[in-house]
Amino acid sequence: MSLHDIIFWILSLWAIVCAIFVVISRNPVNSVLFLIATFFAISGHYILMNAQFLAIVNIIVYAGAIMVLFLFVIMLMNLNTDTEPQKSRLVHFAALISAGSLLLVVLSAFRKAELTQIPVTDAGDIGLIKVLGKTLFDHYVLPFELSSVLFLAAMVGAMVIGRKEVVEEKSTK
Amino acid sequence: MSIDTFLILEKIILVVIIIAASMGVAAYSTWAERKVAAVMQDRIGPLRAGPFGLLQPLADGGKLFFKEEIVPDNSTKWLFMLAPAMFIFTSLMTSAIIPWGPDFVINGSEGARTVALQVADINIGILYVFGVVSIGVYGIMLGGWASNNKFSLLSAIRAASQAISYELALGLSLIALLMLTGTLSLRTIVEQQHGFWDGNYFTWNFFKQPLGFVIFLVCSFAELNRAPFDMPESESELNMGYHLEYSSMKLGMFLFAEYINMFISSAVLATLFFGGYNFPWMDQVQAAVPSGIFSLICVGVLMAKVVGFILFFMFVRWTLPRFRFDQLLNLGWTKLIPLALFNMLVTGAVILFFFNKK
Amino acid sequence: MCNFLWLASTEGIGSYAPVLIQLLIAGAVVSLLMLLTHILGPKRKTKDKLINFESGIEQIGNARKPMGVKYFIVAILFVLFDVEVIFFYPYAVNFRELGTEGFLAVLMFVALFVCGFVYVIKKGALKWED
Repeated sequence: MSLHDIIFWILSLWAIVCAIFVVISRNPVNSVLFLIATFFAISGHYILMNAQFLAIVNIIVYAGAIMVLFLFVIMLMNLNTDTEPQKSRLVHFAALISAGSLLLVVLSAFRKAELTQIPVTDAGDIGLIKVLGKTLFDHYVLPFELSSVLFLAAMVGAMVIGRKEVVEEKSTK
Repeated sequence: MSIDTFLILEKIILVVIIIAASMGVAAYSTWAERKVAAVMQDRIGPLRAGPFGLLQPLADGGKLFFKEEIVPDNSTKWLFMLAPAMFIFTSLMTSAIIPWGPDFVINGSEGARTVALQVADINIGILYVFGVVSIGVYGIMLGGWASNNKFSLLSAIRAASQAISYELALGLSLIALLMLTGTLSLRTIVEQQHGFWDGNYFTWNFFKQPLGFVIFLVCSFAELNRAPFDMPESESELNMGYHLEYSSMKLGMFLFAEYINMFISSAVLATLFFGGYNFPWMDQVQAAVPSGIFSLICVGVLMAKVVGFILFFMFVRWTLPRFRFDQLLNLGWTKLIPLALFNMLVTGAVILFFFNKK
Repeated sequence: MCNFLWLASTEGIGSYAPVLIQLLIAGAVVSLLMLLTHILGPKRKTKDKLINFESGIEQIGNARKPMGVKYFIVAILFVLFDVEVIFFYPYAVNFRELGTEGFLAVLMFVALFVCGFVYVIKKGALKWED
């Protein structure tokens, strides 16, 4: 087993354990922290595959931006235990059934899958920023422009949904 | 195999020196801050501990270690402990990619060996700093939230909004610079700024990107939570902000990390815009002295620039009053971001239409 | 292949090995600081001492209350703009090779970016309500 493999297994274990803790933590703030730790493990995997730009973008955008948004929402929520909504037994039952069927689907998919190759070391230079930029602007200019349209739509959506409350507040005053 | 161990040993020594140096500089920044404040307000400043009060930082640090550690009953305990550790940890990590000086050669028994005065020259370069900085926000947010104190929470949210708003302008202001350099590696960026005058024009990026520098500088003030953008800590409204509930060295770590951040961002500013370790007539100096001494001189030059920036940060703190929070967000979003975009497009157009010699 | 050879290379993944070293050393320093302050300080805890400080006024309720969403919009917009800014980096690095064609593509992108930006500002994302 080479050092590369050892690092790969450590990172994988780390990612999986943290991901499990994301789900089972009672405090949502802890969940967010474990999710950040998971993103770091995934960034480590990207680096192992020499996708360096992707690794840092994963940290900047996911761990640095999206998780800040999550934490914002959670910090502004009412997290006191006495106000925690009590879910009925029916909801628990429904959750069990849906999660169980998802597990079945995933398991059957995995059973069919063939493990051909464990990740490649140093998968060329495609993950480096220079090569990535060239590919993006030579071959994928149209998707690049379209993504900016998508951003525009997202901004409009955010404004419409985010500002709605304020308008309502005003009308009730 | 032996080369490997040497390389790792060399990196370990370098990392230890850099971490020790950044903590030392941070400690003495607190002393300098008081002295600068004193001079600007016509006072004397720290005086009793040692000559010119030079032992004051040690006394402060020692005092903080021996203070009682208080974890409020209502707080979320482990997050309360984690927050300062996370904050200072991220500030210690940023120094990894800064080139402190040129390579020098050691002649050993096994032949010459080049030692790089940079911990890691990674392909993503400056983006690494952004990545670490974006993680640094969590230290503040968690600290404020875990305290379970309304002032702390408010301050944590302010700090986070401020940090993320200015991260955008910070990122954008660098794009124009990167168009010039064509690389993210700080090492290459410094090497491109060799000397001071290349026969036609200044080599330092400041003279090519003055607007980019100003935007970057303003954003660094905001990212560092330094006055005039020290809303998260505003003593008069939030009485200390996110570290209100902290005591002992845990408080010290928050304060300390801010000074380490100031040191590192001064180094980044000097490296990106003020030529890093380059100085005028460096070629003549290089020819005159051995490579080890030359590297030392270069490190000294970079340190001089860093100290200059740190002093500038302090002068500004004791000169300008604090902004109001909405003014801060307005400045970041409606002034700096469009300005940075404008700078980027103008730089692109100018390079394409006037300097495209290929 | 030799296991450790890639650690020594300065290109590719090997260049991250020093970052790992710094990670470990910085982690050690931080834990040392935490441990020292925990051991050295006196421990005389009383009930009053462990109440939240809150400016000396008796704490009313708890800080974990739902609050206004003014800042929330800023966080959402930050995520969007951050992703857009990230797109500029691969461009900036390849700027010279891409020439005018690439510049026009980015100009288009920036135009849409500015449209969104102006819309957001005009809609009052930063307006201080109440």
